Amino acid sequence: MAHVDKSEIMDQVKQQIAVANAQELLSQMSTKCFAKCINKPGTSLDGSEQKCISLCMDRFMDSWNLIARAYGQRLQREQSKN
Amino acid sequence: MSDYENQSASDKELQEFMMIEKQKAQVNEQIHEFHGICWEKCIGKPSTKLDHATETCLSNCVDRFIDTSLLITQRFAQILQRQSSGGM
Repeated sequence: MAHVDKSEIMDQVKQQIAVANAQELLSQMSTKCFAKCINKPGTSLDGSEQKCISLCMDRFMDSWNLIARAYGQRLQREQSKN
Repeated sequence: MSDYENQSASDKELQEFMMIEKQKAQVNEQIHEFHGICWEKCIGKPSTKLDHATETCLSNCVDRFIDTSLLITQRFAQILQRQSSGGM
């Protein structure tokens, strides 16, 4: 395999993983924030629903990052046990 | 280095890269799972920031979920062992 091909493959793999991750976030965000913010679906998204959705998206990312940190700390604690 | 050595070094590097990326993807997948569970447990109505109680709930949620999984795994193994040693 030529040298150029290898780094190309690596970039592609990284990019595909990033895309898959973004898709997962997007899909979860839609499901969770729809459940939180749209109680009774009306004929359009009203102002308060839109505001709720944007707050929900921000809190979604905050909590995702917090959980990533908490999990990282747990993994480190488990590793230092062994 | 000969062509052959060159290639096998390159393959090895690629294999290592794929292994690391796979591990990172698995950790990421795990975070998605924890988040899905703990969001339901801890998040009420979305507000302008995560309050302190919610942050504590989220981080406890991750740890207690892992504890629960470990406990269940251990107990499940015991059940299987008891069954296979003739108990049923």
